[in-house]
Amino acid sequence: MDFLNAIVALSNFVLIPAIAYGSQLALGALGVTLIYGILRFSNFAHGDTMAFGTMATILVTLAFQAAGLSLGPLPTALLALPFGIAACAALLIATDRVVYRFYRAQRVVPVILVIVSMGVMFVYNGIVRFIIGPDDQRFADGERFIISAREFRNLTGLDEGLALRTTQGITVITAVVVVALLFWFLNHTRTGKSMRAYSDNEDLALLSGINPERVVLYTWLIVAALATVAGTLYGLDKSFKPFTYFQLLLPIFAAAIVGGLGSPLGAIAGGFVIAFSEVMITYAWKKVLGYMLPESLAPDGLVQLLSTDYKFAVSFVILLIVLLFRPTGLFRGKAV
Amino acid sequence: MKKLLLASTATLAMTGAAFAAGHGEEVKIGVILGFTGPIESLTPNMADAAELAMTEINESGMFLDGKTLTPVRADSTCIDNAAATAAAERLVTTDGVVAIMGADCSGVTGAVLSNVAVPNGIPMISPSATSPALSTAEDNGLFFRTSPSDARQGEVLAAILADKGITEVAVTYHNSDYGKGLSDSFIASFEANGGTVTLNAPHDADKGDYSAEIGALAAAGGEVLAVLSYADSGGNGIIQASMDLGAFDTFMMGDGMFADSLMEDFGNDMEGSFGAVPWSEGDGADAFAAVTEAAGINGDSSFTRESYDAAALIALAMMAGGEATSEAVAANVLNVANAPGEPILPGELGKALEILANGGEVDYVGATNVELIGPGEAAGTYREYTVTDGDYETVTFR
Repeated sequence: MDFLNAIVALSNFVLIPAIAYGSQLALGALGVTLIYGILRFSNFAHGDTMAFGTMATILVTLAFQAAGLSLGPLPTALLALPFGIAACAALLIATDRVVYRFYRAQRVVPVILVIVSMGVMFVYNGIVRFIIGPDDQRFADGERFIISAREFRNLTGLDEGLALRTTQGITVITAVVVVALLFWFLNHTRTGKSMRAYSDNEDLALLSGINPERVVLYTWLIVAALATVAGTLYGLDKSFKPFTYFQLLLPIFAAAIVGGLGSPLGAIAGGFVIAFSEVMITYAWKKVLGYMLPESLAPDGLVQLLSTDYKFAVSFVILLIVLLFRPTGLFRGKAV
Repeated sequence: MKKLLLASTATLAMTGAAFAAGHGEEVKIGVILGFTGPIESLTPNMADAAELAMTEINESGMFLDGKTLTPVRADSTCIDNAAATAAAERLVTTDGVVAIMGADCSGVTGAVLSNVAVPNGIPMISPSATSPALSTAEDNGLFFRTSPSDARQGEVLAAILADKGITEVAVTYHNSDYGKGLSDSFIASFEANGGTVTLNAPHDADKGDYSAEIGALAAAGGEVLAVLSYADSGGNGIIQASMDLGAFDTFMMGDGMFADSLMEDFGNDMEGSFGAVPWSEGDGADAFAAVTEAAGINGDSSFTRESYDAAALIALAMMAGGEATSEAVAANVLNVANAPGEPILPGELGKALEILANGGEVDYVGATNVELIGPGEAAGTYREYTVTDGDYETVTFR
């Protein structure tokens, strides 16, 4: 019984939140890593791209809710997702035509593109706040829990509760589906292969007749889809506030770099490494150990490695260690 | 040229050359509030309320031989100490204000006090700075406030828990001067009452994910979770994460968590949670509502009552001292604010001036039942509430 309690407590407070958060970070990091791999710059506007896509999704969701459309127990936002992706793609492609294409034609060094993306970030920042405002938005509807802590306790008779939210379930399932689609696209379609070729060696790709503008266009389309899905899942799970999305940029970049910039597999691994380390290293193990150990050995203290203040610091220490000992990241991306 | 003249007369008045006094002379009062920054939505109403008190004094025609009070606004920004200090410096040196109504947020108030008010001998009455640190600040008897210190709120929260018989709580606070100050004072009172704090963990504003914080708090355990935070910046995330994970169902909330938005989002799930918020009720609050309505000013907004009282206290202190000087204000604020004397409600400032002119005493009650204690700060009345059927319900006033 105690052993079961320990596992349930661990899943409730560590495993489930970390898996959901990790999936959200992984989707975000995939977008960053794709842009780095194919367009060859770190896109600082990614957090605000997510915010824009989510904002579009929220507006369509609100319209649907007003019109009485719903998905029953599932959030209406899933229905609005394609519209959000379309709006986000339109914005990204417009930005590329107006801003990035100019710099690409100049063949500028990547660091200039990084600075340009910061400018774009501030513009997106402004657009989102201008349209929807800086406040919190809640747009999740439908069934909130697959199983709530109280139901679980009543059902199993255990002391510990286990909560699983609908949004967490959707997050993980959607993340798996999206990642599977992406890998299939990159490995098995003509366009995907041409994107990888362009990423590996630009000149060789051009020589073999790959149209670079087409590759760039597809990249932005995929990035728009990834960013909107990641942003919407995150907003459903927590809540939407433009400033929070801006702050998400840090763990997302940490995830992409730890995994290896430019490596899609690395982005996913990096997302989970960052999420698990944030939650596990700052978790107080008192309860779990109390169940697992005999009574005489049960700890009095909290058994917490680091106070939760240091949550962000943990991601960055991992980032530093990885960069020191394996500068290309866990999955051998491009050197930063 | 006119400005120069005004400035020089005011400077003269300040240096104590009261001979220049004649009929119709202007007395300038600085109104320094964060007209830009995090509380910019509250400050215009606060300034209006303060200026309403000055208008009332002027219209009575009985203030110090027909002198008139003129408010001069300046921007404290709420968060930028350097900007607030510069603005206050300008008020004192260029505009020649005799006293300051402000500042608003605790950080900038401390900065203005130590950098401008104390060196120049200018008294200030803040309507909204609540940090306990200001109680012990070096102020040469120049600093007063019409809002209660958070040290008092800590005692009130501890007293609520004692009444409920709760002896073990986990505490999480907003990682800011406000949250830290409040959690320190709460924990001190709570432990003095014999309570145990299982864990005191800060949380940052607007974080993406609070499950790590809640995980630690849940492991530490406790009968309720004390959330000393802001309802729209961190506090809501903590409450949501905690309910989602089934860690805590009952919360005790500090004044920053009192918000309608919180009830809209989680009200129905927070049944039985409780907390305290500074409140005023009774004749003073009713009279203030009537006065503001007649003047077409929003008197329901936060800290408008305290602002009106702060400005009224400055004027009455001058009247009691018989001269429009900084010294008169600093020396007489406590006299006019506290008993003995005739109780004065909002809208009765003319009557108060008359009593003071005849050598009588007044006890300014004002909109917030002003009673200045200790180093010159409001004792404060708190409303204890519980969450019932998704809304706040008053339990009692403390």
